[in-house]
Amino acid sequence: MNLVLCLLSTRQFLSADRIRATVPGYSDAPGDAAFFRTFERDKNELRELGIPLETGRNSGFDSVDGYRIARHDYELGEIHLEPDEAAAVALAARLWESPELAEAAHGALVKLRAAGVEVDDDRSAVQPRVGATEPAFAPLLAAVQAGRAVSFDHRRGGPGGEVTRRTVEPWGVVSWRGRWYLVGHDRDRNAPRSFRVSRISEPVTQIGRPGAVTVPSDVDLMAMVRHNVSPPPVTGTARVWVADGQAQGLRRLGRTLGRRTLDGRVGDELELELRSLDAVARWLSGHGPDVVVLRPAELAEAVRANWAAAAAAHTGPVRVPG
Amino acid sequence: MSASRVTERLPRLLSLVPYLIARPGIRVEEAAADFGISERQLRRDLELLWMCGLPGYGPGDLVDLSFSGDTVSVTEDAGMRRPLRLTTAEATALLVALRSLAETPGVADTAAVRRATAKIEHAVGDATPVGLAVDLGAHELGGDPGRGEAAGITIIREALTAGRALRIRYYTAGRDAVSQRTVDPMRLLIADGRSYLEAWCRRAEAVRLFRLDRVDDVVLLDEPAAPPPDAVPTDVSEGAFRARAEHRSAVLELAPEARWVAEYYPVEQVVELTGGRARVLLRYADPDWLVRLVLGLGGGARLLEPPELAEVVGERARAALAGGGGAG
Repeated sequence: MNLVLCLLSTRQFLSADRIRATVPGYSDAPGDAAFFRTFERDKNELRELGIPLETGRNSGFDSVDGYRIARHDYELGEIHLEPDEAAAVALAARLWESPELAEAAHGALVKLRAAGVEVDDDRSAVQPRVGATEPAFAPLLAAVQAGRAVSFDHRRGGPGGEVTRRTVEPWGVVSWRGRWYLVGHDRDRNAPRSFRVSRISEPVTQIGRPGAVTVPSDVDLMAMVRHNVSPPPVTGTARVWVADGQAQGLRRLGRTLGRRTLDGRVGDELELELRSLDAVARWLSGHGPDVVVLRPAELAEAVRANWAAAAAAHTGPVRVPG
Repeated sequence: MSASRVTERLPRLLSLVPYLIARPGIRVEEAAADFGISERQLRRDLELLWMCGLPGYGPGDLVDLSFSGDTVSVTEDAGMRRPLRLTTAEATALLVALRSLAETPGVADTAAVRRATAKIEHAVGDATPVGLAVDLGAHELGGDPGRGEAAGITIIREALTAGRALRIRYYTAGRDAVSQRTVDPMRLLIADGRSYLEAWCRRAEAVRLFRLDRVDDVVLLDEPAAPPPDAVPTDVSEGAFRARAEHRSAVLELAPEARWVAEYYPVEQVVELTGGRARVLLRYADPDWLVRLVLGLGGGARLLEPPELAEVVGERARAALAGGGGAG
């Protein structure tokens, strides 16, 4: 604290010797080695806190570098927020549920309050929250902030699900509707890629030196994720029969065309939008004998295939391994 | 003092003097709350500040404070009149959060959010956000007509503002059933990319999160909303789904093509098996829901526990095949 005050108050660069003689705490260092060790540690801590510690010489006559903090770079600019703006800031600061981001947002609030801004706890009717329960989230965020490449095991989604080792220069982490993605340059594929963070397993190893990763200036992190996760378009419609009193979820999302009796059972005929055939087949087959696919034929086949496979996987009593 | 405590305490000490200058005679208790620390810790910080100052370290060089009752003021500031700039991490966390509010209609006053964003961007200067972006989703909150606005969102907001109870028609996916409930609204919540009405459900006699896209009809009641005093807001830091004591456990063996189940539903254990298969423990409330899930996965999942439900899956599948369902 005294070091910061001392270096802020000076326009001259102060040498380590001057600092040692002036700032309380340093003068009782038992020797040169002990002093320089402490001083180095303190300098690093100041830099980690974002304090702009400058190094330089006052004139050509100085034989060693000195230190100072430029007040202009140190001080937060003037800021005044209207009550509705302060309420927005309070709401924003409470968005994050992950400790790393929540602490950073709280740190920002403390500085704004110190600048004289009144930020009360918000009483907004809508409370948005963004959590991060994925174990790989914190190390990936740290790598993004440090600008270092990372190496990790990644399990592919979809059929196969094989695990591969990937080395990625991280450009950012993106929360898209409750799911976290890592976006960056995949060195193995030599192309930009995004990865579901939940499919990245620890440990995440940082490689290379800090700041080595350069993010292309025109990169749009959100657009890269959105591009990969947008839902498939509607490809057609399906007709299904559902038994009376069953499949309320289907009835909500489909359009009821009318009453229909099938094989002596009463029910309704529905029309459903088809996007992914697999997803609709999964949803329909879950209802078992309470639904019958009327068309298209490939959907009816997919549903029957699901039933056949489920029947084969659940024959008779099961035994739980170990 | 350990390194981690220095990096936690020093920024606070640096902010404390300008904070107090801006609020002469503030109560110690209030200041402690703003910094998120105990009153005792704040008093320790103030004692330390008293020993800080400029070289010379005589009267006039040191930070000086005056106490009066429970209040404190700065009388000498040792040149520490402004707080330190925001770090890149701090600016990123705050500005990205503000942007997400601006881009999600119906959450906050977007005009105020944009004005606040511009002012903070101006004040932080070079510390522009890096490496973080958020899309909250949550189009159910309205404010952006035609993009999936929930039924009755205007009425729900009115109930929250006026403190009135609601009658809602709600689809429960777990039971695949629609029911009528009387609820005492508490707040609207966005979590896991979805919007929820948090309310005291008089039928369940508990706080429940109602997904707005599953609310089919809303009626504003004349009676006031009266959640009992012990109705605590849900902690959604681990996600909106909270396993409750009455939830049961199922054990599933997932084939690689069904591994997504472990990402989509709340699983508590994932044991890796050979060939990309995994055994997971899944929490569920309703047996029929579990049967529908496993039946729909068509062999991608094998239900190991409870065994009686595994038998039901097999029976339902065989009955469906025998009934000619799906044959068209």
